[in-house]
Amino acid sequence: MSGKGIEGSLRRAKIFQQLTLYIPAAVLALLVLAAIFAPFLAPYSPTKTALGQRLIPPFFIEGGSTAHLLGTDTLGRDILSRVIFGARVSLSVSLLVILITSTIGTVLGIIAGYLGGRTGTVLMRVTDVSLAFPAILIAILLAVVLGPSFKTVVLAISILGWAPYARLIRGEALRLREADFVAQARIIGSSPLRIMVRHIFPNIINPLIVIATLSVGLVILTEAALSYLGAGIPPTTPSWGAMVYDGRSLIDTAWWISLFPGMAIGLVVLSGNFLGDWLRDKLDPRLRQL
Amino acid sequence: MGRFIVIRLLQTVVALIGISLLIFVLARLSGDPTMLMRTPTTTEAEIVNIKQQLGLDKSQPEQYVIFVKNLFRGDLGESIIKRRPVTDMIGEALPNSLRLGITSFAVSMLLALLLGVLAATRRDTFLDNGVKFLAVLGQALPGFWVAILAIFVFSVYWHLLPTSGTGGPAHYVLPVGTLSFFLLPGMMRLVRSSMLDVLDSEYIKLARIKGLPERVVIWKHALRNALIAPLTTAGIIFANIITGAVILENVFNWPGVGRLSWEALVARDFPVVQGVTLLVAVLVLLVNLLVDILYAYIDPQIRYQQT
Repeated sequence: MSGKGIEGSLRRAKIFQQLTLYIPAAVLALLVLAAIFAPFLAPYSPTKTALGQRLIPPFFIEGGSTAHLLGTDTLGRDILSRVIFGARVSLSVSLLVILITSTIGTVLGIIAGYLGGRTGTVLMRVTDVSLAFPAILIAILLAVVLGPSFKTVVLAISILGWAPYARLIRGEALRLREADFVAQARIIGSSPLRIMVRHIFPNIINPLIVIATLSVGLVILTEAALSYLGAGIPPTTPSWGAMVYDGRSLIDTAWWISLFPGMAIGLVVLSGNFLGDWLRDKLDPRLRQL
Repeated sequence: MGRFIVIRLLQTVVALIGISLLIFVLARLSGDPTMLMRTPTTTEAEIVNIKQQLGLDKSQPEQYVIFVKNLFRGDLGESIIKRRPVTDMIGEALPNSLRLGITSFAVSMLLALLLGVLAATRRDTFLDNGVKFLAVLGQALPGFWVAILAIFVFSVYWHLLPTSGTGGPAHYVLPVGTLSFFLLPGMMRLVRSSMLDVLDSEYIKLARIKGLPERVVIWKHALRNALIAPLTTAGIIFANIITGAVILENVFNWPGVGRLSWEALVARDFPVVQGVTLLVAVLVLLVNLLVDILYAYIDPQIRYQQT
């Protein structure tokens, strides 16, 4: 500790702040790269089985080799390759879900906040119920009805996922409704639609970005839980949650099958949360209670 | 207050109708249930007979009315796989889920109060940072994964606890421990921030000026008022308990409602999943109704705003 009192602790706080920005940003960049260039980065095919290569431990354990850095599973598939390809599922599901939920949530939130009245009240009651309903049950129900698939997962997470957006955006729209520039737009005769699109929307983009970033982690966690339960992406596509499930009964002998995909989930979610926190402090510190 | 309760009750009924309609539509989307019952030797006459028995030959609105009537009689239909009433199956599983959920809620609530208050009163100390770190991990790590690692460490490696199933108190340690670990962060953050707000207020300064011991100021005067804000999120905490239970009951082979719905998912047993979802929907709505009423009782401003 070289710090002399306040100066030292300030410097430490600054370094910590930068670390909580750069490391998460790097992890997420890695995730995107892994997802896009998976076929070039992965040393093996994620689905090709090699029964002669079953249950090889990771390279740092006795019996492991650098041919399979993170070992292989019960079917001889390379864990590292599967983790790299698994990034595709996590990334595509979370991007699509966030696109859908933020659009629906923003539209409903602006309408509820700006127009208010009876429509607003009804919308907010629906939002409250949606906020309090466990998404995982809806997802299981949908998986039974429609069968587990990529579409089912996206639909299942989106069906309630718009609610936090609607809640937050409504609050913002409610506040902006009283702003001077909105009152002026009303006086010169702008239609409510024009006011909502041209005046309210541009002013809620910052909180929208913050909450979208903060929800990346939650979406990835939910997707992983669904894949773990078998209500997610069907087994031939490698996904992190399903990989943890594959290894669960072998945890005493081949712990690496479950360990690495779980670490990947944790790392990505942690990074998403940290980046979201950082963005919130930068763009919209008022939202700190989120 | 009376008016407020009536309005809220009506809204709850409307929400229930909405959810039952949604589930009914989904049930029809899942296709013809007789397809699942068909065996190679089934004749067309038998299918027609079954359809009549199940009321599938009637129009959709009629079917919905029958569906709702049966609901009121507590009849959720029959499991396609087990051939048993869904109500019985849920009745057997629910107490196990309640035991797991209530114990975890109690444990995490106590810890959240203790750690939240300590973190708020000792800001930026080692303890505060430790609590924050724990919260960050609890919000980012996947529950099923932490549970599997916990089984590996405590059951397989150290042989301290049973790996799964129900039984003595030892069987509770891992499921309750992991579920609490995930409930804790949200609750702890709420208690901490709410405590920080309250500690800033005038009446806390007055209590201190009066010369009350710090222990009394914090644990009695401040905490009591700091608890009102977290109360509004009880509904969300309840949803989190259910989400956690569905996942962790599977990892720990805990014979509760979550495990039941997972088994039904794997077997494509729609009536069971439908029953569980309806039950949870009713519970969620009731919890939120209670919270709303309780909150309006504590804070009269809410009552006037909403009526």
